[in-house]
Amino acid sequence: MEIRQKYALNAILLYVVSTVFVVQLSFGRIIDETSWIALFWIILLFAAFNAVSKSFVQEHTARRLYYFMIAAPVSIVLSKIVYNSLLMVSLGFLSLGLYVLFLGMPDFNPWLLYPSFILGCIGLASALTMVSAIASSAGNNAALMAVLGFPVVIPLLLLVINSFKLALQVNISTLQMIKSLTSLFLIDAVVVILAVILFPYLWRK
Amino acid sequence: MIKGIWWKVLGLILILYSIIYGILVEVPVLPVIHQTIRNLFFHVPMWFAMFIMFGTSLIYSIKYLGSLKLKDDLTASQAVNTGLFFGLLGLLTGMIWAKFTWGDFWTNDPQLNGAAVSVMAYLAYTILRGSIDEKALRARVSAVYNIFAFMLLVIFLGILPRLADSSLHPGKGGNSSTMGDLDPTMRMVFYPAAIGWILIAFWILDIRKRKRILELQQQP
Repeated sequence: MEIRQKYALNAILLYVVSTVFVVQLSFGRIIDETSWIALFWIILLFAAFNAVSKSFVQEHTARRLYYFMIAAPVSIVLSKIVYNSLLMVSLGFLSLGLYVLFLGMPDFNPWLLYPSFILGCIGLASALTMVSAIASSAGNNAALMAVLGFPVVIPLLLLVINSFKLALQVNISTLQMIKSLTSLFLIDAVVVILAVILFPYLWRK
Repeated sequence: MIKGIWWKVLGLILILYSIIYGILVEVPVLPVIHQTIRNLFFHVPMWFAMFIMFGTSLIYSIKYLGSLKLKDDLTASQAVNTGLFFGLLGLLTGMIWAKFTWGDFWTNDPQLNGAAVSVMAYLAYTILRGSIDEKALRARVSAVYNIFAFMLLVIFLGILPRLADSSLHPGKGGNSSTMGDLDPTMRMVFYPAAIGWILIAFWILDIRKRKRILELQQQP
């Protein structure tokens, strides 16, 4: 349903390209690994805010009413989360590709990097979906979205950045990898479960 | 809410006891912190009181979503306000303590960042409440956000500091818990202080709630 708004998607893509380019211009090719990770997640965070906030905030009352008639709230929120997660994962991989193209790639452990990357994208998408649902029922205020969203995504970002830093180390034990991946997965699961339980209360009008 | 005056008096007595006896008591001499360890009787109970207040607010938010009575929503919001008050006091006492022991008002410590972000999340809750005019809608939306915020609080104060490798706070980064190796004479002050501040927090909540109800009655 959101695929119809093609210009929005293109706008986010252009945003990612331009920020990566600005980073390249200001830092040059080689920066140290920690700032590489931090900058990458900052770019992705703002892209996520732009992309996901579209899902409820930019919806007309008439279309809302139509969804309300045809579907159960749980299936609506699940479909939104699935759609936004897919969007975020593909957006994330695109920006990772661009970022690597412009700035180079530090030596990561791929077995930790990619799973935690995907889990982080899914978590961002589902948390922001819920926040955007809350913000839209409070009258579509963009500032509210930012205020409510930042505290919610910060634990997730901290965990993802931690596991990225872990992936930098040369020899890490499998136990450490599993630990950081499970904590990410648990946060994702908690967010999705809370969204499914709480969304019907927001939807009823 | 509990009836009677005895628990208010008990809270007052416990706090008075913790202030007077907390200054007089023999404390173990430890490097770096020395006599500032007495701040433990004030700093840590603030966080306990904040956590209990936010927990109360969570319970009333869940109750509101079940019952849809505006009275529950009122209790939840006033509990958040009271909890924020104690959270700010906790930050303040912690900052003063940090200045004298770690040399700076703010250090990059997982526990500190967690506390700051959770206080921010609850400030966002009050902003969210302010931005909606319609009463029932405000109650419902803020109840939903409150449940989210409490999950955040648990993650920040309960899980993330334990995962972090290093922290300036005791009991983290591989050490055993603080309460285990707390000196028995200090424990004699610490537990009454914590209970006393929690009781006082409930008293403040009760007063705020009654004041708010009176304010609502005056408005037509």
